[in-house]
Amino acid sequence: MPMLRRPAALNALAPGVALQVNDLRAHFVFRRRVAKAVDGVSFTLREGGTLAIVGESGSGKSVTSFSLLGLLPPPGRIVGGSVLYRDSAGAVHDLATLPAAAMRRMRGRQIAMIFQEPMTSLNPLFTIGDQIGEMIRLHEPVSRGQVRQRVQRMLELVEIPAAAARLDDYPHQMSGGMRQRAMIALALACNPRVLIADEPTTALDVTTQSQILDLLRRLQRESGMSILFITHNLGVVAEIAQDVAVMYAGRVVEQAPVARLFAASRHPYTRGLLHATPNPARDVPQDGPRRRLEPIPGTVPSLTELPPGCSFAPRCALAMRACEAAVPPLLSVAPDHASRCLRHEELA
Amino acid sequence: MSDRPALLKVEGLCKTFPTRRGGAVRAVQDVRFTLRRGSLVGLVGESGSGKTTVGRCLLRLIEPSAGRAEFDGTDLFALPSRALRPWRRRMQIIFQDPYSSLNPRMRVASILGEALDAHNLARGAARRDRIAELLTRVGLSPDHARRFPHEFSGGQRQRIGIARALAVEPDFIVADEPVSALDVSVQAQVLNLIQDLQQSLGLTMLFVAHDLSVVEYLCDEVIVMYLGRVVERGPSREVYRRPGHPYTKALIASAPVPDPTVPRAAPQVKGDIPSPLNPPSGCVFRTRCPHAADACAGQVPPEIEVEPGHFVACLRHAELAAAGVL
Repeated sequence: MPMLRRPAALNALAPGVALQVNDLRAHFVFRRRVAKAVDGVSFTLREGGTLAIVGESGSGKSVTSFSLLGLLPPPGRIVGGSVLYRDSAGAVHDLATLPAAAMRRMRGRQIAMIFQEPMTSLNPLFTIGDQIGEMIRLHEPVSRGQVRQRVQRMLELVEIPAAAARLDDYPHQMSGGMRQRAMIALALACNPRVLIADEPTTALDVTTQSQILDLLRRLQRESGMSILFITHNLGVVAEIAQDVAVMYAGRVVEQAPVARLFAASRHPYTRGLLHATPNPARDVPQDGPRRRLEPIPGTVPSLTELPPGCSFAPRCALAMRACEAAVPPLLSVAPDHASRCLRHEELA
Repeated sequence: MSDRPALLKVEGLCKTFPTRRGGAVRAVQDVRFTLRRGSLVGLVGESGSGKTTVGRCLLRLIEPSAGRAEFDGTDLFALPSRALRPWRRRMQIIFQDPYSSLNPRMRVASILGEALDAHNLARGAARRDRIAELLTRVGLSPDHARRFPHEFSGGQRQRIGIARALAVEPDFIVADEPVSALDVSVQAQVLNLIQDLQQSLGLTMLFVAHDLSVVEYLCDEVIVMYLGRVVERGPSREVYRRPGHPYTKALIASAPVPDPTVPRAAPQVKGDIPSPLNPPSGCVFRTRCPHAADACAGQVPPEIEVEPGHFVACLRHAELAAAGVL
């Protein structure tokens, strides 16, 4: 099927914005069904900032991150929207319509990605040094000797102890935390301007997670890169992000600065998530009984059978007839704060 | 809470797994604790801590290498496997993965009925009634008995797993990471259910988990394991408020808090967990401990009771507590 989509207006990218996603749609088309995994996602990643995309399984947060880099596995494809990105030379590109060859030049050099499982990006047959070196030589004209030095500096940057000795290690010789560091070194080898981190600490123990989050914050301070951090964990969001977009069933339902989202959410789903997450400081008083968690009733809808209106309406205590009639627009409720809820004013 | 009689007393529990090259993984070493009747106790630790192995040894799903587990006065570890059957009815387990722990070819009625049949608990109409009652008890409907596991969501499957554990009316349940595979919104449903059932049925429960806030939220008491050993145990409010072991303190400080106004703590420990193939001598935590001294390498720290019922295995506990660094 030919793509008959017009490129977005490239002058629409405001200053100070690294990545602007507008009404992105990525669908998986099967013989009889269409899974609308990403169905109208919009968000803004500021230069040098961290935006967390938070959602439960099936929310479309990972599909969103894969579509930004043109890495959707078939039968998934982008069917609408734009992904505006300003490169290091100042030129603005729409990644949603970029030809494959141009996208390859973009990946790694401009925008890099790290994953939950480091072995998805590390090749078990090559040493860590070879893999990071290959990444550098792919994008920059440097000699072999220089490459080895650069790789060692990268391993030192991500705080791998005895970096010179670890250059010749294979991924299986490293622990989970060290492999995650090696993957970060690989992603950052060419100084990308945007790092997409897809659940990078989910498989790690909490003491290791805390080290990796600290490392990412330090690297960001030093390089000024922007981070798009995909996670299901609200605790991690509170630790790493300045801005948050909450996804539910393929759509962003709320975006706000992190402090505002936790203190003054204007969407029933976000509020539901916050009330369902154990937070001992709130739930376990010094003495007296614990506060009971408030679960969200029901389950996430199937992406192939989404309700016609607000996808959260079937689980929402505030749902009314208008919510079920049409998908509510993402409404601005305050500066930098948007909610996809018709009744957001009642939540103020 | 502390005046309740003990249901299970564990002493000197060890489990060693042989490796193919003739080595040994010391997964659990010299573990001791007591579970009082009707208490909900959390067993927390990171990967490789041995927490899952402890839970399975207690039910003899894997054979312990050494130790005693006195359940209502009888040492379960000393019983020949044939003699275990009547005890098995009193002890059940809920597994982490609600997808792989239910037979996909069996209807829910058969999954629950199998547990009843194994102990000759109900037949005919009584069996049907009991299955309907169990499903209602865990928040499902009696009609669900005719369905297969794939027709349910993850949270509903975990409810079926819980119903299966309850079918034989056990006194004691090991819940092995029962909510780790669930999304937050569903996790809260299952946590509330576990809490309600534990209280209304007076169950004694060992809740094995890596998520510290879930344990703090749910449990009366907590046992903290690191690399095969118990480093601290006690009433959970006290352990969380005043951790007595540097590892417990690091673990609590590392857990992300869902509140951006809480100041971020710098990482408390360096490096990774050592291999259980070759654990450090003396205190197993000393290689990552910010307060380790030479003496920590020389001997395994004995447990000291720092408050009634609150035990800490750290040689420097008194010194560190006095200096205010714990």
